[in-house]
Amino acid sequence: MARTLIKLPASAKRSEVIEIHTTIGHEMETGFRPGDDGKILPRNIITHFSCHYNDELVFEAALYSAMAANPYIAFHTIATVSGTLRFSWEGDNGFRHSESVALQVT
Amino acid sequence: MTTDTPTMTNNTRRQLLSAGTALGAWLLVGPAAANSDELAAAIRNFAAGAPVKQGRVLLDIAPIVDNGNTVPLTVSVESPMTATDHVTAIAIFNERNPQREVAKFTLTPRSGRARVATRIRLATTQQLVAVARMSDGSCWSHTVNVNVSIAACLEEVV
Repeated sequence: MARTLIKLPASAKRSEVIEIHTTIGHEMETGFRPGDDGKILPRNIITHFSCHYNDELVFEAALYSAMAANPYIAFHTIATVSGTLRFSWEGDNGFRHSESVALQVT
Repeated sequence: MTTDTPTMTNNTRRQLLSAGTALGAWLLVGPAAANSDELAAAIRNFAAGAPVKQGRVLLDIAPIVDNGNTVPLTVSVESPMTATDHVTAIAIFNERNPQREVAKFTLTPRSGRARVATRIRLATTQQLVAVARMSDGSCWSHTVNVNVSIAACLEEVV
């Protein structure tokens, strides 16, 4: 289980643009770095991130080895109706993680 | 005979020197030029045939970076972000990491604001380019030079 940190307001006014900060604990091994034995360590990174707002895709990212460890991504969305924001991360070696956060729209 | 010998030596020396200079020049320019070509190719590929113009994009990153292992940056694009006029994608490219791509973000009219922040790795002092693709297909970019003191990948994180 990966540890995540998701920061967004608990409630927002309708049509307000809100900022969302996301971080997930992941080493993001680049695949270009030699280990102690001198052999290149195999790549192990998160390659894809997405945010769905009530099942509608609002933001997506393709990530490469140049992303820092524990990938941090901050972006915006428009608060439309009360509901759930689903955050998903996918990566090498079948890595998958998903979190849901409720948003109250007034 | 004795006068010929120094001439020969001088010629050889001159040839060696020029060969050395050429090699040095290739070492300096060759790989860097190859990287710039790769960078241009990666941007062309992202732009999908559209000309990439300067402007409308702001890549905000510190000009001098102490630790290349985690470098914060923000990309903002001037756009009303409406259904008919919005940013569809923002990509970040680098010149001298092992791979040209850093990240590609897909935005929608539901994004509300065309601004993305993240943290990246920089292997060395180099150029970074942020490119935005608009809903009308046009592409805009901003290029920034970044000086890196401690490179990512090479040194242990303290």
